[in-house]
Amino acid sequence: MDMAVVELSRLQFALTAMYHFLFVPLTLGLSFLLVIMESIYVMTGKEIWRTITRFWGKLFGINFVLGVATGITMEFEFGTNWAYYSHYVGDIFGAPLAIEGLMAFFLEATFVGLMFFGWDRLSKVAHLGVTFCVALGSNLSALWILIANGWMQNPTGSAFNPETMRMEVTDFYSVLFNPVAQAKFVHTVSAGYVCASLFVLGVSALYLLRGKWTNVARRSMMVAAAFGLASSLSVVVLGDESGYALTDNQKMKLAAIEGMWHTEEAPAGLAIFGIPDRDLQETLYEIKIPYVLGLISTRSLTGEVMGINDLVLKADERIRSGLVAYDAVEKLKADRTDASAREDFEIHKRDLGYAMLLKRYVADPRQATNEQILMAAKDTIPNVPVMFWLFRMMAGLGFFFIAFFALAFYCASVCQFNKRWFLKVAVAIMPLPWIAIEGGWVLAEIGRQPWAVEGVLPTFLGASSLSLSQIWTTIIGFTLLYGTLAFIEIRLMIATIRKGPVEHHAPPADGGMQQSNAGFAPLPAE
Amino acid sequence: MEIPLDYETLRMIWWALLGVLLIGFTLTDGYDLGVATLLPFIGKTDEERRLTINSIAAHWEGHQVWFILGGGAIFAAWPFVYAVSFSGFYLAMFLVLAALILRPVGFKYRSKRPDPAWRSRWDWALFIGGFVPALVFGVAVGNVLQGLPFRLDSDLRTFYEGSLLGLFSPFALMTGLLSVAMVVMHGAGFLAVKIEEGPVLERARRIGGVAAMASIVLFVLGGVWVAMGSMGFRIDGLVDPQGPSNPHYAQTVAAPGAWLDNYGKHAWMLLAPIMGLAGPVLALIGIRRRSHVLNLAGSSMATTGIIATVGLSMFPFILPSSIDAQSSLTAWNASSSHLTLWIMLLVTLIFLPLVLAYTAWVMKVLFGRVTIEQVRTNPDFY
Repeated sequence: MDMAVVELSRLQFALTAMYHFLFVPLTLGLSFLLVIMESIYVMTGKEIWRTITRFWGKLFGINFVLGVATGITMEFEFGTNWAYYSHYVGDIFGAPLAIEGLMAFFLEATFVGLMFFGWDRLSKVAHLGVTFCVALGSNLSALWILIANGWMQNPTGSAFNPETMRMEVTDFYSVLFNPVAQAKFVHTVSAGYVCASLFVLGVSALYLLRGKWTNVARRSMMVAAAFGLASSLSVVVLGDESGYALTDNQKMKLAAIEGMWHTEEAPAGLAIFGIPDRDLQETLYEIKIPYVLGLISTRSLTGEVMGINDLVLKADERIRSGLVAYDAVEKLKADRTDASAREDFEIHKRDLGYAMLLKRYVADPRQATNEQILMAAKDTIPNVPVMFWLFRMMAGLGFFFIAFFALAFYCASVCQFNKRWFLKVAVAIMPLPWIAIEGGWVLAEIGRQPWAVEGVLPTFLGASSLSLSQIWTTIIGFTLLYGTLAFIEIRLMIATIRKGPVEHHAPPADGGMQQSNAGFAPLPAE
Repeated sequence: MEIPLDYETLRMIWWALLGVLLIGFTLTDGYDLGVATLLPFIGKTDEERRLTINSIAAHWEGHQVWFILGGGAIFAAWPFVYAVSFSGFYLAMFLVLAALILRPVGFKYRSKRPDPAWRSRWDWALFIGGFVPALVFGVAVGNVLQGLPFRLDSDLRTFYEGSLLGLFSPFALMTGLLSVAMVVMHGAGFLAVKIEEGPVLERARRIGGVAAMASIVLFVLGGVWVAMGSMGFRIDGLVDPQGPSNPHYAQTVAAPGAWLDNYGKHAWMLLAPIMGLAGPVLALIGIRRRSHVLNLAGSSMATTGIIATVGLSMFPFILPSSIDAQSSLTAWNASSSHLTLWIMLLVTLIFLPLVLAYTAWVMKVLFGRVTIEQVRTNPDFY
């Protein structure tokens, strides 16, 4: 396996996935904010709420298309760049992706056209129903993607089949109700809601600062503050739930996040500061709050959280056990009916993936030396300093958002958003949720390394057999294409925000160019 | 859990569903691709182009899901096919994705600024978003018919030994053109029922007629080429349709002309090529007699027939290998497990009818011809 191909494939996947996820959180959150705003319109019948809904809908649309456009790449990138991965786990991993298309994306994409074009063809309630279907579809879409991702983190309900040389599903319900997937789903969509709430809050604050469209801005802020407060609480609480799920399923990830090299006596303390040193295998200048980690991650005072070094020893054991399984698979390849090989395989099959870690050092893992086994065991340690800091950044921002929304909520009820410093802060922090969200993804996926599927398939084995020039071509191609589109998107967003909640009127006959009149001009009632 | 259907039956069903997906995609998103390809040629003014764009603006997003779902369903039901084809067609796939990425953005962003240069750039972006995928899909099908240069090792890892330019063989170019002609014919057929009578519709009819004739010629030429050429594969000896999905368990050989075997064995399959020929003829009659519905019905029949012809000719092969026949993927050795096929079938049986139902409802709500008048007055139009 050419490691350069693997690294470039990872780079491309990271680029395209992170770019895709710039647009998704806003879609997830803004769609539900639209539902709330339009519900108020339907209930009160006030025109202003229709204008508000349509204005945020316009921004939603500009953002939505790029989410869709970049999502196309994601659906096929497993096949193009991770062909062996696709073969190896497609039996399990493919299903949630297909169900996502069938159950969620069809719903979202079919109704989004009607949402934009159906204003004068549907009753108010029917149009609200359509908007709700868009929101439901986009959020269900996240559910299925996170079921797929959750399985990569915690591969339940499946086993290796030596006759087909791949993982196959044994229990679909445990794939579906994977605790990691459930926690991740709610954490991720809540993060999207926070992102969209801060976006609405920030843009509205800008209007208030400039004294423009204040009637739209104030009402939007009210909705965003309430929705954002609930969501920011949910992100942190469910992030904690993700941490709890880690204890059982990804011990190494938890230990790396905590920079915990040695197993501590229960209940372990939570580090709030420290500088993890990979060579010394120590976390320097640590400041710890006693008991908290043990409490959060095991929900008890006696549960032990394992340290990195003990986990490496465990990996060493599992590699040796996996070698028996590997040997049995090779024998079964030659003779499908070899009963004793089948027996060995059944006993050791859970560790097969660990033996495959050796392929990085030796073509036939069975020839590996003790040193190589130790090296492979150490490979199971992810990048501790990066994870340590990413986590603290993400969690810190999470708590900050709660505080900020609480303040916004207070402002809404007491000072009517009249404090300029508050408005300025609201504008300034608009990019923060994106930083927290992208950081969260990097944390989750780097924390899974060296595995593509935890304990099952090392990442470096999953890549397609491509040439470097092929991958460079697509990396450069995607970067140029995505870069251009991002540039255009941001400019259009700014132009639309600058124009504000203006309703278009019939354009003049010549050429059909759309023209807008200045000032606030809602459409007449239907 | 006891699975009520045996493995062979489920594989047959999923082979058929693969066809349903491809046909579903071509019937719906196919006309969007066709309309986008036609866009710069049938719209002379900005209003005419906006008329064209708004005929599909509210629908194409839903249609595109057929493509996404196609990817997902192949992944879930035919993981081998997903792995081998998309990594093999690596750069071609990039071309398709890049072109398709331009499309959503083109639709949405074009109308955001009145500047003619801006709009003209997006018009050509939309043209690329229609033409390139149509061409590359056709070229890909041509290559599949000839066999792809890939082999599988004992771990079933795939190695592809072709290049991007290698895809454009004369036969594949011909299938690529057939694909473009088919999609343009279908796009024109759709426009005939969706936009008001006028110069745009007339131009679409004219180009649609040429495309229909080209479809007939290229489809016949393709048939002759397959018959005279040396294309085809055959499974030698016994196959176990219930066996595990592992290409190393069967004997496959290259057998010139084998793509016509199925029609000798099952005469009913001839229905597919007959539809493929009768469709464009019907579309032509529809164009001549100004029967727009007949025009669209003909183009729909043509796409269904042409795609079905490819699938049926190759059955049970899905992706034959030109350099190592043994590695060829078939309906019997490339599917996912018995349990996954069953679960996915249940999911499909529940959700596909639902999808069709609400798609039909959305079409009903937005039913009716798009007019220049609406383009001028409706603030929601692109």
